Amino acid sequence: MSRFTVEVLVTPRPGLLDPQGKAIHHALASLGYDTVEDVRVGKAIYLEVAAGSAEEATERIEEACRKLLANPVTEDFRVTAGVRR
Amino acid sequence: MKVAVITFPGSNCDQDCHRSVELAGGSPRFVWHRERSLGDAEAVIVPGGFAHGDYLRPGAIARFSPIMDAVIGFAREGGLVAGICNGFQVLCEAGLLPGALLRNRSLRFQSHDCRLRVERADTPYTRRYGEGQVIRMPLSHADGNYYADSATLAELEAAGRVVFRYCDPLGDVTREANPNGSLNHIAGIVNARGNVLGMMPHPDRAIEEVLGSVDGLALFESLVGTAVAATATARSEVA
Repeated sequence: MSRFTVEVLVTPRPGLLDPQGKAIHHALASLGYDTVEDVRVGKAIYLEVAAGSAEEATERIEEACRKLLANPVTEDFRVTAGVRR
Repeated sequence: MKVAVITFPGSNCDQDCHRSVELAGGSPRFVWHRERSLGDAEAVIVPGGFAHGDYLRPGAIARFSPIMDAVIGFAREGGLVAGICNGFQVLCEAGLLPGALLRNRSLRFQSHDCRLRVERADTPYTRRYGEGQVIRMPLSHADGNYYADSATLAELEAAGRVVFRYCDPLGDVTREANPNGSLNHIAGIVNARGNVLGMMPHPDRAIEEVLGSVDGLALFESLVGTAVAATATARSEVA
């Protein structure tokens, strides 16, 4: 068993209104970042996972995403094992 | 009529719901979230608050509290389960109601009175209202922006499962009267069978004159009356 740092990125599904992203977009525009065309805000979750392989860690945490870490109605997720923070 | 009021760590309207049931003539009982049985409860209320601190997403962690297996089983058998505010979020996370409650369009925590139009007066929760009646009660939430995909939304509308909509004092459903951006101005819905209700506004905070409105009491009276009738029917069937 090794220990893997697993990164989970949870993002609002495409087409879903993201008022937080919108507010940040406006703030960026007012600072002159007028080349920014869209902003979406999600969250990153880091887990330390004991597993035999990166694939095993990924599978395990993808299951956890479907159950708890992401809401399938409103969010997409991406799991990457072995990343360094 | 015995009503279980679920208390999670972070619930803050469990007392309000307890009193509401009492004033409506029912017998409320607190059930701690770590319990695994609802006992002899004939209805369940999942109250408002910030269960488990609303961490991750409102309702996401509460949905896995030990008592929730019993609540889900009770609902699947047709038992009356009402989720108010945070309770609505918990029931969506638990899959008992479709959709999700997103961050308010304003990004602000909204806390003020709102008007609701009663769209259905034939549910177990709204029998004491009239269809089209405009009622007033407080709302208090940061994540009340009801969202469901277009197919689910169409299904809700076609089946008449939208029970309450935000409206102005005249009963008109307008963008200005919508406090959070919820789709189709939805404030409350029921499941397909009609036994599970979720709503963001607080009928439990509109039950006595001193609170500024008594418009919420009829919801609890409807609930208590329905459960009593259901029990009487079940008993006569057994007899």
